[in-house]
Amino acid sequence: MKRRTVGLLARHAILIAGSIVVVVPLLWMFTTSLQTRAETYTNTSVLPTSWHWQNYARAWESAPFAQYYVNSLVMAAGIVAGHLVFDALAAYAFARLDFPFKRSLFTLLLAGLMVPTFVTVIPAYSIVANLGWIDTYSALIVPRLADVFGIILLRQYFATIPLELEEAARIDGCSRAGTFLRVVVPLSTPAFATLGIFSFLFAWNDFLWPLLVTNNDDMRTIQIGLASFVGRYGTSWNYLMAGTLTATVPSIIVFLFFQRALVRGIATTGLKD
Amino acid sequence: MSLAPVSVRPGESLPGGRPAPRRRRYDREQVLTAAVFLAPALVVLGVFVFYPIVSAGHISLTSWNGFDPSKPFVGLGNYVALTQDPEFWNSLLVTVLYAVGVCVLSVVSGLAVALLLDAPIRGLGIYRTIYFLPVVTSSVAAAIVWRYLLDPSGLVNAVLAQAGTVGPDWLQDRWLALGALTLLTVWKNIGFNAVLYLTALQALPASIYESASLDGANGWQQLRHLTVPLLSPMTFFVVVQALITSFQAFDLVYVFTEGGPRGGTEVLGMFMYRTAFRLGEFGYGTAIAFVTLFLVLGVTLVQWRLGGAEGNDR
Repeated sequence: MKRRTVGLLARHAILIAGSIVVVVPLLWMFTTSLQTRAETYTNTSVLPTSWHWQNYARAWESAPFAQYYVNSLVMAAGIVAGHLVFDALAAYAFARLDFPFKRSLFTLLLAGLMVPTFVTVIPAYSIVANLGWIDTYSALIVPRLADVFGIILLRQYFATIPLELEEAARIDGCSRAGTFLRVVVPLSTPAFATLGIFSFLFAWNDFLWPLLVTNNDDMRTIQIGLASFVGRYGTSWNYLMAGTLTATVPSIIVFLFFQRALVRGIATTGLKD
Repeated sequence: MSLAPVSVRPGESLPGGRPAPRRRRYDREQVLTAAVFLAPALVVLGVFVFYPIVSAGHISLTSWNGFDPSKPFVGLGNYVALTQDPEFWNSLLVTVLYAVGVCVLSVVSGLAVALLLDAPIRGLGIYRTIYFLPVVTSSVAAAIVWRYLLDPSGLVNAVLAQAGTVGPDWLQDRWLALGALTLLTVWKNIGFNAVLYLTALQALPASIYESASLDGANGWQQLRHLTVPLLSPMTFFVVVQALITSFQAFDLVYVFTEGGPRGGTEVLGMFMYRTAFRLGEFGYGTAIAFVTLFLVLGVTLVQWRLGGAEGNDR
């Protein structure tokens, strides 16, 4: 009994030490964001010692952060909506319908998942440029309205719904589309939640594509705006950290609220292997 | 045996077990619905993912500059030029070192945290939340914070100064910068890998541990000879993930070091970006991207084979 208590204490001690290492950079970001510029060069305390909240106002004034926020939100909303609708429709076809070349098509999609973004980014960029979409929401949203990951995730989930439920609805005269909307979709809210969160985090944190297809400051997303802010205010660490923190808060809030769905999603994708 | 003629419908066997020639019949209504349901996703993926893959294959065989409507065909010229480009070899070396570091440390750290969490302990949810925070933090934000941590006026050197030593200028030394980039990447993904390992650990049957204990195996022996081998499918998954992450790395590097100092952290993603979008050499840049793809596929395949052989031994 005694040995088990010691073991448990040791476990907690190591986990807490690890937690500190993990959290210090994030805490340091918060602490610095509240300091005066002079303090940022001398401070060694990880916990906040002064509280200059006006740094946040200054950071937001010195770059169009509000506009970046709006752009990121519009882009994220478009991508999440696209994934929830387009991925779900395709996933249902793969899970429940019988059609020619079904397996080869699915294998092709899986293979596409292995291809690095770098391979597709140049031709995709020139398509978007030829369409005249540079510096528009279309460029940020349309090419990412569907993704393979979401199709796989939802297909797996749809396959676990008992077929009898759908058959019952079909006997009652429901069409395929009707069964999908009235039986499958309502039963799949957990999977939709997981996909929605993944898609939001992906969109909010996305970098390379928005960097390529936006040049105008008015169309920049939060991550691109933040990266360019580094270039201009590279040594004003306090403002920089205030900007960084405001850019990070939405994804952390979404994570804190929906972490169970997120963790469950990672667990299922990892286990399918 | 009756000699009466037997009527055989398509799909049924002829007497004697020979299958009748058959064509698979699809339900028209189902095929139509499938077509409608698949169309939106397939159009998007077709235009912006699959067509670009094919198109990139073509572009990599040209010396296209991105603006010129003509794409002068150069055959394998870009690939040949790559083999003679010291910047490419530097980038490849940097990427391989980075990938090895990220893979090894991801497995070790992810497994360690998962093993610690795999017990009836209090505060499991809190630990999981904390370890997961860096995963949801954007690469840009993470890179900015680490840049400041390692800045001469940052926390790391301040702590070293208090300990009485003068810290180096971390991001101005190529090996220190590469090491820091590796640690930053591992830090960012530790929660993700821990969750993966924890799921795998919790799926292991308790009974095998009971019999191992009865046979007198101690904790370390159980870990080495039971847990680690049983987790090898998950380790394969974690390694492949880490590999893809490091071969595709761009965001972190772009903000953290911009590939510097003097190419010291110029991973393939960064090298490709600079070549294509800064120097306008789209043909050459696409060739770099394809080499990256082949490397990832090759290493994954080798891994998979090795993993398979190991599995057969057991």
